[in-house]
Amino acid sequence: MKEKTLKEKALILNEIDIDRVLKRISHEILERNKGSKNLVFIGIQKRGVPLAKRISKSIDDLEKSNIKVGKLDITFYRDDIGKKIKPEVEITDIPFEIVDKDIILVDDVLYTGRTIRASLDAIIDFGRPKSIQLVVLIDRGHRELPIRADYVGKNIPTSEDEFVDVKLKEVDSIDRVTICEKI
Amino acid sequence: MLSVKSILNIEDLSLEDIDLVLSNTDSFLEVLGRDLKKVPTLRGKTIINLFFEPSTRTKTSFELAAKRMNADLVNFSAPASSLKKGESIIDTVKTIIAMKVDLIIVRHPDSGAAKFIFIKTNIPVINAGDGKNEHPTQALLDLHTIKKRFKDFKKVKVAIVGDILNSRVARSNIKLFKKVGFDVSVVSPPMLLPENMDYFNVDIKNNIDDVIGEVDVIYMLRMQFERHNRELYPSVREYNEYLSLNMDRVSKMKKESIVMHPGPVNRGIEISEEVMNLSGKGSDRLLINTQVTYGVAVRMALLYLLLGQ
Repeated sequence: MKEKTLKEKALILNEIDIDRVLKRISHEILERNKGSKNLVFIGIQKRGVPLAKRISKSIDDLEKSNIKVGKLDITFYRDDIGKKIKPEVEITDIPFEIVDKDIILVDDVLYTGRTIRASLDAIIDFGRPKSIQLVVLIDRGHRELPIRADYVGKNIPTSEDEFVDVKLKEVDSIDRVTICEKI
Repeated sequence: MLSVKSILNIEDLSLEDIDLVLSNTDSFLEVLGRDLKKVPTLRGKTIINLFFEPSTRTKTSFELAAKRMNADLVNFSAPASSLKKGESIIDTVKTIIAMKVDLIIVRHPDSGAAKFIFIKTNIPVINAGDGKNEHPTQALLDLHTIKKRFKDFKKVKVAIVGDILNSRVARSNIKLFKKVGFDVSVVSPPMLLPENMDYFNVDIKNNIDDVIGEVDVIYMLRMQFERHNRELYPSVREYNEYLSLNMDRVSKMKKESIVMHPGPVNRGIEISEEVMNLSGKGSDRLLINTQVTYGVAVRMALLYLLLGQ
């Protein structure tokens, strides 16, 4: 559906760019947290999950660690129920203790901040982590809440009628990020 | 998105609706497995549990489902209300509209009551049992229970055993199981079958021994003593001879097959004491409590889908 009404305007990241960005973020996370010992990852469904897996894998390779990765669907925590719902709810699966952990929360695009607000509520329901740090592949601006990312792949100024289309191999069988225009 | 605004019966649900409800049910089961079993999804929504007939299980199940999602739920039970003072159903319903609720859960002794209330209010209604007609949420939770148990669930053979005549669970379950392609048969003596049985297009047997060794699911219905004149009824001895599930019959069941019952079980009638008291490995096939757990999750999925649209 989306593809029909969107016209591609510009390629932002290709496969190699995405790989480089995620490697850089892995190093930044290690630097800030002084290693990987207390880290756990939570990816926001849908495309935050493969991103979380890739970054944690890259850290595991560097540190010889085995970081746990969870999945979070924030549908139950949205603030717009009744206006529009996502009928199909993805699975939430956080099969490890998060109390006193440093959580690396991962999503593909940071926009209004409402998804992150919902994610924070959801995570707190599982326990009290030591910290939550946010990774996004793309920050496109237009925040409606006082939320910012700790690690950003790329900042892209956009207008509100544009759409940032993130495609990842695990979900879409291709790695690329484009800006599209809604037509 | 569901194709319906209310859950009144099985006919109205499309196969896509059924899939959507069941796939969301798993997400709600995950919530029920957490330490903190509560999500804020339905905050600010008001739901009324309108029960004109006694119920513990279904009522509690809906109440938990609503509360796990942070909705406000009000219980309205007929004996405790002004219905006893002669207030008609339509006046009760008007009162409820004036209270501005977002969704109504109804159980009523008359068939069609849930639909009537939906037509009069245009508020989403979930039928929690209307007379001898339907109990669609029971059927959906039963389907989920079967689906989780059998990988190749399209080929499942089910026998529904007992009092079909008075059972809304039987009506909803036969319709839903047929709809998703199960091989359905019923086991019931002629006096406990409705006249229009042809409508359901299922095999009819009179003795549980005719099916026990062949089916994947043996679904025992509750004997509805409250809906009967005694004359029509088989005696407990007859029931035990032709319809009850006892240890001997359990031993003849297929290896992977399961036993279901909508509860509450009349011990010693539908299912023997020994079977009910099975423990350890032998009890694996008794899914009566699993049905209850899935019931809460299925009802959460329904509330979510109806109130979200």
